[in-house]
Amino acid sequence: MGMGVGEAGYRERIARRAAQELRTGMIVNLGIGIPTLVADYIPADVKVVFHAENGILGSGPRPERGAENPMLCNAGGFPVTLLPGASCFDSVTAFAIIRQGLLDVTILGALEVSQTGDIANWIVPGKRVPGMGGAMELAQKAKQVMVLTTHLDKNGRSKIVRECRLPLTAKGAASLIITDMAVLEVRQDGLYLREVMEPYSLADVIAVTEAELKTDGEVAIFH
Amino acid sequence: MNRESKRLDKVVELEEAMQHLRSGMTLMVGGFGGVGNPPSLIQAILDRGIDELTLISNDTAFPDIGVGRLITERRVKKVIASHIGSNPNAGAQMTAGELTVEFSPQGILAERIRAGGVGLAGILSDIGLGTIVEQGKQKVSVGGKEYLLELPLRAEVALIYASKADRFGNLLYDTTGRNFNPLMAMAADITIVEAEQIVETGTLDPETIVTPGVFVDWIVPSGGVNWKWAWE
Repeated sequence: MGMGVGEAGYRERIARRAAQELRTGMIVNLGIGIPTLVADYIPADVKVVFHAENGILGSGPRPERGAENPMLCNAGGFPVTLLPGASCFDSVTAFAIIRQGLLDVTILGALEVSQTGDIANWIVPGKRVPGMGGAMELAQKAKQVMVLTTHLDKNGRSKIVRECRLPLTAKGAASLIITDMAVLEVRQDGLYLREVMEPYSLADVIAVTEAELKTDGEVAIFH
Repeated sequence: MNRESKRLDKVVELEEAMQHLRSGMTLMVGGFGGVGNPPSLIQAILDRGIDELTLISNDTAFPDIGVGRLITERRVKKVIASHIGSNPNAGAQMTAGELTVEFSPQGILAERIRAGGVGLAGILSDIGLGTIVEQGKQKVSVGGKEYLLELPLRAEVALIYASKADRFGNLLYDTTGRNFNPLMAMAADITIVEAEQIVETGTLDPETIVTPGVFVDWIVPSGGVNWKWAWE
């Protein structure tokens, strides 16, 4: 069995699991990468309102080919549509919504997440320095911060760590971590393993995770 | 044409507006991932060999899109932005020591520009406390809580992209083309607007105007986007 990155369809499985956390009426911001896929897996009877930090509340799916308005894009630069009730605004207002805590959920990627919910996702000093964009405000101020990431990095090292080595995006921010191997919940007293992703076993997850994992009753399997 | 005669009608040829730009200046350029960057003004900077710029912009777009082209053609010596990740040339120049990059969290960058535009000497923010964003910043305690003092940003010239302008400079934007544009329009000594459409003063509904014309100095007609979007 291949450990970690590369298990077929893992991005979709992570996105599908994350979508289950969303409820009707929630204001939700999706980051770039796997988080963007979450929109495709929200059940038809759940209506959330998507916020994009480049200035939309109420963005809808990608328009049909040829119907794109190049000015109307999500924060990742891809064309979107506006749903009934949508509004457009400048960057100050986009971040007023974030800093005031009006986002119910923000879904981010990460380079490292610690067992106390610290997130590092904007810089690998001397190597990759993309900048933080809106991630600091999102991680620090959303009511719920969900981190979607592969469990291991390219070199097979656990991205779920005891303490982040990389510079932080925000301290104690993550509440739920969904990886290709597990669903983990950050609580006051530690990091709880809630679910194991198919095809992995509990033992697989524990063997490769650097962070200290706790369990609380039965660990479910997510298919 | 003298300045006074242009107080109510600010529409000029690109050539005339470009007389206000020179190498070494500090520029604000509106836009987000290229969306809302002013294509004709950026092309004019490239054509005229203007360089050594300090660029204040949300990001450095993509290598061949918008402000990203100023980076790719090495016209910028310093960037103040929240993100440079979509333009590998910016990262490479930074690593090589050819480009200085100062990062601000995106919403704080917007507020610093707003502060510069509305006459505030700084803002207090808790964004980035406990991270390297703290470095070099004064901490201020208010009501027993700690904040970072974030300083305002202003530029010598702001380059703005609007979907519609009247001759006085009242501006409307198109959806997410708005982003930093209305903030930067207020935060520079000279504000130059590239407008997709220019209409007679009095034809826009005052209730819908986003940027009041008083903040605008010059308006040029847009030649339209002259790059291919990443998604195309």
